[in-house]
Amino acid sequence: MNTAALPRWVVAAAVVGAVFVVLPLAAMTLRIDWPRFIPLVTSEGARAALLLSLRTSVSATILCVLFGVPLALVLARTSFPGRRFVRSLVLLPLVLPPVVGGIALLYTFGRRGLIGSGLASLGIDVAFSTTAVVLAQAFVALPFLVLSLEGALRTVGTRYEAVGATLGAGRWTVLRRITLPLVLPALVSGAVLSFARALGEFGATLTFAGSLQGSTRTLPLEIYLQRETDPDAAVALSLVLVVVAVVVVGVAHRVRPLGSLDPRGTASPKAPAAAPGRVD
Amino acid sequence: MPLTFAGALPERGFDVAFDLADGETVAVLGPNGAGKSTLLGLLAGLLAPSAGRATLGEDVLFDVGPGRRVLIEPRRRGVSLLAQEALLFPHLSVLENVAFGPRSRGLSRAEARATASAWLERVGTPELAGRSPGRLSGGQAQRVAIARALATDPALLLLDEPLAALDVTVAPAIRTLLREVLQGRSAVIVTHDALDAFLLADRVLILDGGRVVEAGRTMEVLTRPVTAFGARLAGLNLLLGRRTEMGFTGANGLVVPWEGPGRAGEEFALAIRPAAVSVARPGGPSTGTDHGAASGTSRVTAIVDDIEHRGEAIRVHAAGMAADLAPADAVAMGIVPGCAVEVSLRHQDAVVYALPAAPDAGRGTGRTGDGR
Repeated sequence: MNTAALPRWVVAAAVVGAVFVVLPLAAMTLRIDWPRFIPLVTSEGARAALLLSLRTSVSATILCVLFGVPLALVLARTSFPGRRFVRSLVLLPLVLPPVVGGIALLYTFGRRGLIGSGLASLGIDVAFSTTAVVLAQAFVALPFLVLSLEGALRTVGTRYEAVGATLGAGRWTVLRRITLPLVLPALVSGAVLSFARALGEFGATLTFAGSLQGSTRTLPLEIYLQRETDPDAAVALSLVLVVVAVVVVGVAHRVRPLGSLDPRGTASPKAPAAAPGRVD
Repeated sequence: MPLTFAGALPERGFDVAFDLADGETVAVLGPNGAGKSTLLGLLAGLLAPSAGRATLGEDVLFDVGPGRRVLIEPRRRGVSLLAQEALLFPHLSVLENVAFGPRSRGLSRAEARATASAWLERVGTPELAGRSPGRLSGGQAQRVAIARALATDPALLLLDEPLAALDVTVAPAIRTLLREVLQGRSAVIVTHDALDAFLLADRVLILDGGRVVEAGRTMEVLTRPVTAFGARLAGLNLLLGRRTEMGFTGANGLVVPWEGPGRAGEEFALAIRPAAVSVARPGGPSTGTDHGAASGTSRVTAIVDDIEHRGEAIRVHAAGMAADLAPADAVAMGIVPGCAVEVSLRHQDAVVYALPAAPDAGRGTGRTGDGR
């Protein structure tokens, strides 16, 4: 361990910070009722919530990719008046309280909302449905993908694209065969982050979609609800989400960082997998 | 294909025109910010001019002016770009990189690969076909990049300092390869290195401040430069002056008898190698080529402006000229900045020539199409 370059108090503060993150998770794990763990996480309500969460989060991630990739491309590769303003607006859900997002969605897609009233007259009711869950999740998760991808597009630059164009490739070919493969690692890690954010979505979902078992009650909502009646179940389900989060972080880290575009192929070796386990 | 180019981009202070005959290579030189990259960008279609027109063979590349705005997309220009860095697509194999162009131009996968293999053979790296670009040396990568640029059989090849990023040990081999593949091909090569101009180009175009300041056959620019930059490139002293009744009088007062065409008062120049210029302390022994009082020698007295060490010689700057002396001679004569010296040259070592009329640095002066 080499700490020579830093003042001791920085190291001490860092340790406190790390403990602050790890300790609550440990405290929660300690409270798990292991004998009842399996029955608790496989109860009907829990299974329904978990399946719903996975289904909606996957759908929301697909939506994020479908619309986030074009958004990131436009933000990174074009210039138009107000581009920076548009960019800030698109990234707003990142800092917006999710409840506010939920209310905003309600006034857009709700029965009396901007678009919702029109949809309602067609017999389509979005709010308080599984669709609403997906929309709420996509709303809060989209900026993660856009941010990650836009940064990667700027880092990669346009030089490879220019070479492709002079070699006779059309815009679509350049996008498909050069731009997207070059930013694929960032696209994957952005999508994984979006998925994680969608999976954890609570505030906007509760506000915009409600909490109906099987159709809108996702795992975070189920946990919140169970905490009132059966705290042991809430803790057990929380652990499930922690495990999913750990897997997601692992995947996002395994995806090669952008530095690996280095033509010599001498990018930093794979991050040592042993590191997180060591707390000394 | 023959190329005609005239383009202006006022926001970059760029306004250049030149022609290039079929199969000719022109070297574009000039200080940083002279507009060399802008020129390539305009030709490749990566930049749009505010005004101008360029044609390659029968095809218009761009034609922009009042009431007309034709800008052909980069991919439809038949122009390939080879940059300083190889810029091989990192996610494609070497073979796929070279096959990218032919494939984009509509060849089948098999045909594109066959073309790519043939070009890899041609640049001497067929064994690299299956490799990933990340595992190539700089020289290998640039060979592959050359193959990729040529695999589309471009009507015009643009080279942007293709050797600048290479090891000095690798550059000569790549230069030789370029010399081979540029044979009979229209090409524009931007370079900082005079050697590239000598070995690769038929013509030289010198830009400064977004304008053509000198243009002509490589040989001509090397023997009869008309700008300080061109003279430095050729390793020559350029002494500007005027034709007089009896010959040439330099701006520094040097008088050289000369019998040739031209009327008194016309702007003339004299070029001479620094090694052929002698320096002596007035009243003392002279150095280098001992010109003494021999006939056919001109001399002028001046103050030494500066002295610099250059390789095996000491370069003395005086009277607007540079003279190379052996270090021992410079020390023996006690030459220091500020001391008075007599600068002399033999007439037989100097070339006297007329400067192009009206040294207008703007458009039109860059025409290199007619070898004078």
